[in-house]
Amino acid sequence: MRDGRVVKGVRFRGHEVVGEILDLAARYRDEGADELVFYDITASPEGRTVERSWVRRVASVLDIPFCVAGGIRSIADAEAVLGAGAEKVSVNSPALADPGLIDRLAARFGAQCVVVGIDSETTSGGYRVYSLTGDPDRSRDSGRNTLDWVREVQERGAGEIVLNCMASDGVRRGYDIAQLAAVRAICHVPLVASGGAGAIEHFTAVFRDAGVDAALAASVFHSGAISIPDLKAALAAQDIEVRP
Amino acid sequence: MSNDVAIVDSGGANLASLQFALERLGARGTITASPAVIRSAGRVILPGVGAAGDAMQRLRSAGLDTVLPGLQQPVLGICLGMQLLYERTEEGDTQCLGIVPATVRRLLPSPGLPAPHMGWNRVRARRAGGLLDGLADGEHFYFVHGYAAPTTPDTIAVTDYGTDITAIVQRRNFLGTQFHPERSGPAGARVLQNFLRGATCC
Repeated sequence: MRDGRVVKGVRFRGHEVVGEILDLAARYRDEGADELVFYDITASPEGRTVERSWVRRVASVLDIPFCVAGGIRSIADAEAVLGAGAEKVSVNSPALADPGLIDRLAARFGAQCVVVGIDSETTSGGYRVYSLTGDPDRSRDSGRNTLDWVREVQERGAGEIVLNCMASDGVRRGYDIAQLAAVRAICHVPLVASGGAGAIEHFTAVFRDAGVDAALAASVFHSGAISIPDLKAALAAQDIEVRP
Repeated sequence: MSNDVAIVDSGGANLASLQFALERLGARGTITASPAVIRSAGRVILPGVGAAGDAMQRLRSAGLDTVLPGLQQPVLGICLGMQLLYERTEEGDTQCLGIVPATVRRLLPSPGLPAPHMGWNRVRARRAGGLLDGLADGEHFYFVHGYAAPTTPDTIAVTDYGTDITAIVQRRNFLGTQFHPERSGPAGARVLQNFLRGATCC
């Protein structure tokens, strides 16, 4: 999301407008998406809270769960988004700056509402957490090792982790199976794979080989390269349980 | 179909999605903590997002801990709202409304079964009809919970999360769904419609 419209970038850069939010939400609802995630990518870098009037409009058309990410820094921010009809809030950069935010959100709303998004880059020093990734000029190494951060956020009360593998994002060469499997091994809350989906077999592989609970994708659905009914049929044919 | 639904305000933040779901079915949900409004409503929904201790504290301070168990019209507890119908929950070792005998237990993570239980899962009926009227057995519904009710004679439907847990409960005019019908697509809408139509009643 940026300025009320849906945009998509490649490796977190060069975002293009791909559609009006309500049209896309209704389209994915009708195609059988199981959950939608809305990222307000401008929110954290510009230091403002997510502009929320669209959350209520989205909630009025969706009969599936949705999560809002972007600029949620306080109980009040989360309360507004959840009150407008979102199921979950996802925190990323603000949690890196203030890890206690995770504890406070979990205590107030329950762990099941609190998703921690992690943007992780593969470096010579291992998997590293990046922050402020919505703005390429400000995106930087947060100083944290990804696996350490995964352990910490679970202890603090994260109910779900979305691991976005940055090198894979938007390039459609497949999820980062090795990194996701490494995180899966230490993650006892639901783990959502993000970044890199380009073909149906990438989804099959990430469920089978990384053991994730869900797979998130954007480009391939926005462009129509993969239809959700086709994807679900293919997963079911591989004995991966999906809602038909 | 009853169009007049009192949604009990137990402090959960997420009530808009339930209101919208009722609206799509032509019903009107009023969020209220008033005993008088709740007593006179055609239907009552006890929603729930948040922590059990906090929710029970809010119900007690509004005097609803004694009002709710005495209601005669159909009452539907959703998610935490369902768990509050039981005697106790391990969540904060909280005494609940005491309508359904049993204690709600914490879900412990095990390999392949993360906790909390989040996502779509199949629901299998132990008794046909009721809230599941018109739905195929094994429909998927959306679950988000860290505590669960064991199966008991009041269990109407189950879901398998390592072991069978209660997905739908009914005791007299009190119904509960562990899943979120308002976020479970067309199948969830049918469950709400069945509740509003009183196919379940008493």
